[in-house]
Amino acid sequence: MSQRVKRVVFTKEMKKEYTILVPTMLPMHFEIICRILNKNGYKAEILKNSGDHIKKLGLQYVHNDTCYPALIVIGQFLDALNSGKYDLKKVALLITQTGGGCRASNYLSLLRKALAKAGYDYIPVISLNFVGMEDSPGFKLTLPLLQKMLYAVIFGDLLMLLLNQCRSYEKVAGESRKKADIWTERLAKMLSEGFVSYSEVKKTYVEILKDFESVERTKEEKIRVGIVGEIFVKFSPLGNNNLEDFLVSEDVEVVMPGLLDFLLYCVYNTIVDTKLYGLHKLKAVGASVLDKYIVGKQKDLIEIIKQNSSFRPMTAFDHTRTLTKGYIGLGAKMGEGWLLTAEMLELVEQGVNNIVCAQPFGCLPNHIMGKGMMKPIKERHEGVSIVAIDYDPGATRINQENRIKLMLANAKAAKSPANVGAV
Amino acid sequence: MNINIPLTNNKDYIVMGVDIGSTTAKIVVLKDNKIVYETYERHFSQVRQKTLEILERTKAFADRPVKLAISGSAGLGLARECGIPFVQEVFATAETVKALEEDTSVVIELGGEDAKVIFFKGGADERMNGSCAGGTGAFIDQMATLMDLSVDEMDILSLEAKKIYPVASRCGVFAKSDIQPLLNQGASKSDVAASIYAAVVNQTIAGLAQGRKIEGKVMFLGGPLSFCKGLQIAFVDALHLGEENAIFPEYAKLAVSLGAAIYADKENKAYDIDELIKIVRDAANVKSPRASLPPLFENQEEYDEFVKRHAKAYAGFCDISKYTGDAYLGVDCGSTTTKLVLINSNNEILYEYYDSNKGNPVEIVKNQLVKIYSLCENRISIKGSAVTGYGEELIKHAFDFDTGIVETMAHYRAASFFDPDVNFILDIGGQDIKCFKIRNHAIDSIMLNEACSSGCGSFIETFAKSMGYEIAEFANKGLFAKAPVDLGSRCTVFMNSSVKEAQKDGAGVEDISAGLSMSIVKNAIYKVIRANSASELGQNIVVQGGTFYNNAVLRAFEKELGHNVTRPKIAGLMGAFGAALYVKEMGLSKSSLISEIDLASFSHTAKAATCKGCTNNCRLTINTFGNGKRYISGNKCEKGSGETSLVSKDLPNLHEFKREMFEALMANEKKDGKLKIGLPLGLGMYELAPFWKAIFEELGFTVVISGFGSRKLYSKGQYSIPSDTACYPAKLMHGHIETLVEKQVDAIFYPCLTYNFDEKDTDNHYNCPVVAYYSELLYSNSDCMKKTKFLYPYLNINNPKELTVELDMLIKENFGKDFCTQKDVRRAVSAGYSAYNEWMAKIYAEGKRAIEYARQNCKKIMILAGRPYHIDPEIGHGIDKLASQLGFVVVSEDSVSMLTEPCSVDVLNQWTYHSRIYNCAKYAVLHPDTQLVQLVSFGCGLDAITTDETRAILEEGKKLYTQIKIDEITNLGAVKIRLLSLLGAIESGR
Repeated sequence: MSQRVKRVVFTKEMKKEYTILVPTMLPMHFEIICRILNKNGYKAEILKNSGDHIKKLGLQYVHNDTCYPALIVIGQFLDALNSGKYDLKKVALLITQTGGGCRASNYLSLLRKALAKAGYDYIPVISLNFVGMEDSPGFKLTLPLLQKMLYAVIFGDLLMLLLNQCRSYEKVAGESRKKADIWTERLAKMLSEGFVSYSEVKKTYVEILKDFESVERTKEEKIRVGIVGEIFVKFSPLGNNNLEDFLVSEDVEVVMPGLLDFLLYCVYNTIVDTKLYGLHKLKAVGASVLDKYIVGKQKDLIEIIKQNSSFRPMTAFDHTRTLTKGYIGLGAKMGEGWLLTAEMLELVEQGVNNIVCAQPFGCLPNHIMGKGMMKPIKERHEGVSIVAIDYDPGATRINQENRIKLMLANAKAAKSPANVGAV
Repeated sequence: MNINIPLTNNKDYIVMGVDIGSTTAKIVVLKDNKIVYETYERHFSQVRQKTLEILERTKAFADRPVKLAISGSAGLGLARECGIPFVQEVFATAETVKALEEDTSVVIELGGEDAKVIFFKGGADERMNGSCAGGTGAFIDQMATLMDLSVDEMDILSLEAKKIYPVASRCGVFAKSDIQPLLNQGASKSDVAASIYAAVVNQTIAGLAQGRKIEGKVMFLGGPLSFCKGLQIAFVDALHLGEENAIFPEYAKLAVSLGAAIYADKENKAYDIDELIKIVRDAANVKSPRASLPPLFENQEEYDEFVKRHAKAYAGFCDISKYTGDAYLGVDCGSTTTKLVLINSNNEILYEYYDSNKGNPVEIVKNQLVKIYSLCENRISIKGSAVTGYGEELIKHAFDFDTGIVETMAHYRAASFFDPDVNFILDIGGQDIKCFKIRNHAIDSIMLNEACSSGCGSFIETFAKSMGYEIAEFANKGLFAKAPVDLGSRCTVFMNSSVKEAQKDGAGVEDISAGLSMSIVKNAIYKVIRANSASELGQNIVVQGGTFYNNAVLRAFEKELGHNVTRPKIAGLMGAFGAALYVKEMGLSKSSLISEIDLASFSHTAKAATCKGCTNNCRLTINTFGNGKRYISGNKCEKGSGETSLVSKDLPNLHEFKREMFEALMANEKKDGKLKIGLPLGLGMYELAPFWKAIFEELGFTVVISGFGSRKLYSKGQYSIPSDTACYPAKLMHGHIETLVEKQVDAIFYPCLTYNFDEKDTDNHYNCPVVAYYSELLYSNSDCMKKTKFLYPYLNINNPKELTVELDMLIKENFGKDFCTQKDVRRAVSAGYSAYNEWMAKIYAEGKRAIEYARQNCKKIMILAGRPYHIDPEIGHGIDKLASQLGFVVVSEDSVSMLTEPCSVDVLNQWTYHSRIYNCAKYAVLHPDTQLVQLVSFGCGLDAITTDETRAILEEGKKLYTQIKIDEITNLGAVKIRLLSLLGAIESGR
């Protein structure tokens, strides 16, 4: 650290009084996580502010060639600080760092620079990382807490999966969304209050499945469109111009690989680093244990979905990662790395032949893992089409949607040749 | 057009296809399988009205119920509102092809703002242009405007071309910055026109086909491809198509509307024509709500006050017909316009001129000089003449001007005339935006616009024309717009589509005009200056440049800043005015300017040639003037200038030194190896080639290095580039691979290196994702890989033991168990480390020598800091030579970075190559004789972070920060101005 930008440490004293602001990415997952934190001595709040002015603030305070997620996240923070809603002397910001080789690990530095420029240099920023980067004494996640957060992610993925499989077919508009909201609330409550046993978690899976099964749905078969990409623009409606809603309005079913895969990918990279380069061997042992533990949980869920419902489960991660063979090495670990390629292949394997690959304009890893892998995937799987969509503050919706429409028109033509070209 | 279109319902219906693209509306009416009406016209963004107007015209044919479908990017909204069937345009095209030319394998279609390639045979696939969209119809329009030609004239000229200049094809803005200097340097319009077409072809093939070969029967569609003969030829040549395989159908421009008609034919919906017209009319009258910005002026009073205030900033004028005495001439030969100012000894303006240079500034200056001499009669004697701007050298040589002056200096001179305390100058010209911060009466920092921040004057102008207005009229319309459109601030291509979107929502010309002005201003403030608030720019701001004649732009700027600024009445002439002031202060007794008599016999011809001085092979333009004098432009170093007296003073230049090291490395090829292994000389290999070469030679391989990059090498691999926005160094790798395959190596080696060498004291030591994993992409996209083995193992170069194990496995797997023992590999790896250490030691030593040399000879030192691969002649474009020519001792980042203690930074310091740059910045701060110029590859995502940090380090140390963004472009004009400004700033204040 130089003298130009100072680092304000989030201390133990701050923990009680400060409100921790968390940027939006996956509304359901993050809501549950936030509530867990709040029952455990923190005051966390997910930012819900949106709108074009957020991009503008981002553009104003962050180098414009920086990736779009950084612009949005930082813009969203600054907008919140400017809003007057918070006691600026009692607020901290939380941002993730993976420690990987792409720009994303620098969002934190960019945020601090932006805060300094905007006159907020006294506001502490907390790095949420699991690789021993910056340390915040006031923000320590205990093992039980981490386990609950893991459940939150798994539940979030389940809700996302069910919502996507229901909303395009529901007979009563909005019913599945309503159910998802109710469950988010219930799960938040359940996970934030005291100890939750795993059998209770599994019981809840079944309840959720049953509840969604009760949504009245049409029997038609719709085109399924997968979304992969840079994690933020893939998931965040603010980052991708409400891509999911657009696709649903185009009468297709959205298939979205979950957040858990990304976590597992991060864990697995430690194991790969040891295999390839002989690095941090001790950590790798821990990572192996963790990997097995989480994959086990994922498999339990998959089994429960299969046995208790008609819904299509997610793909188990230990299978997903084998799919890259012949395409890309597991050593390619910057950004979404090989996971991005793997998720495209996972979708193809599930019979999802139309894929939107979403990334910020100029996203370096996606040149390789996304755009660079489309050719071999398409060559080896007939009928698969993948469209790469770039997101940035200047990109217009009309251009993005026109390209997606082209893919959809194709898909519809392939489905019913009599109806060529209908959009 | 007499073609038979097989429809199913031809007896009972009239079938119509409507195609509304970004700039034109195309409609066909079919009756009994024949076209009975067709039209292709510009809609000037009045989408609904135009459609309605055409529909009314078709009434005469509609004696049966009408079936109709709409297509085209601008038609979507209309179709949606009217409930009329819509068909995506690529699909419509496919319909036409299927019905009329079934054995077509590929369709190439260029529209106004779209470019598409559709593959029919062997796996149908369509490609549309992504976010970077150079090489579309609008682009051709823009280029024609730039050359002051109509599209037709440009087309005719292109047919006579003798040579093709490289013109960057990916980005319209880059292309412009290639073309403008060519024109200024006197390249023939024929050649430039053909070069533009070549760029369009290039863009389509490289950018869209992306690795898929275009072969078989190819059909060309869309407006530009049906009008432009030269473009047709360029495509046919580039694709090597025989006559039977190149189809230019007479319905080229109507293909989409025909397809829409064929689609409509299958629909059940039919309309009565009057009913249809009514539906469209109702839609035309609906204005949907959209987000807008506050108006520029609330009322007339505000406007009047504004006009009155700005009328105050003017230079004195003096009637030339009444003045007797001395005069001083200043000329600003800019990229699009030429400006002249003649002042008297009281700094009053005697004569002024401002106009587009119409692609030939020499002719304009000549005519103006004739005019000035005749106005001077014998009363006025010109005591001095100075020229500035892009065309400085050319004009200076042509007319024997006394002196040239760097643009930035000229502008500062003029600005301080109007406001001696000026602390910020913003100049928005036709092609570029320049901003200077002034501190202690010296230029403190300079910011120029880059490709993605390109909204300048000519952009508004071209836009105005495309909407059917003259610029002045267009600007005035914006002044009182009620609800200006919010257009964002990125690249002009994006802006085009933002406008499209706004039009879809019913925005009028007024709102678009005002919105464009605002977006140009925002672009300047937030993207070029990168300011966070108005206060950062200071209180004394002078704005200038032709674009500020536009009151809408001026007002938008004041509104965005929140306070008033000075716009001199001669805003567009400031460069020329500053040049005149400058030469006046020189106090010359006599001017060397060409005499009135010599001027009468003045002539000028320009000829193209290629320099053979070195491997750069610069494309030269040789200007010959009537008196036998020559001026050569286009050369990157003095070798091509034809003036031997100027040949290099042999200043140390680390970039050149390193290139020589690579030449020696390549020359030293052991030819007796058991197998040949190829190393592509790009990206990380620019540092690690000696390392791998030593290892493989020790193992008994012959090591073949692909050689330096070049344009030719680039085009070899261009077909296989899947991501057009990747950096140029990465894209060159495709050519390196092709070259190695041609050399028939047994294997190619470019490992995946997540981690680079750990040079300690940093947070991490990654490579960037592109350097680390580009092999993965190469393997999946280069078809030539089938002809060789490609080895791209994941390796750890920080750990000799691991490396040995992995390499041993790799070699045994690929070349047999008995190829070598692990002991051999261990020995080889150790040889690799020695070679690498020796290599780096040599660079450090030369760096030290260069710095010592500079200190002993009082030379300035420039750290030309980028990544190791920036020394490649095709990537660095000879910028190092230019700096050397300007008198700098040039050192590279890797030769200096270890000369200081590690720099503390505010970002995650995790990339080896970039860590070096931070250290270099610190070195520059600590040493007054050292400047840092950062080379940045366009599209380098990491540099968004590193440039800001490097700037912060330098500015904290009160040093100038200069950044040069490089891509395919090869013209050094802009770079030169930047370096000269740096030089000027150092000399004038520090």
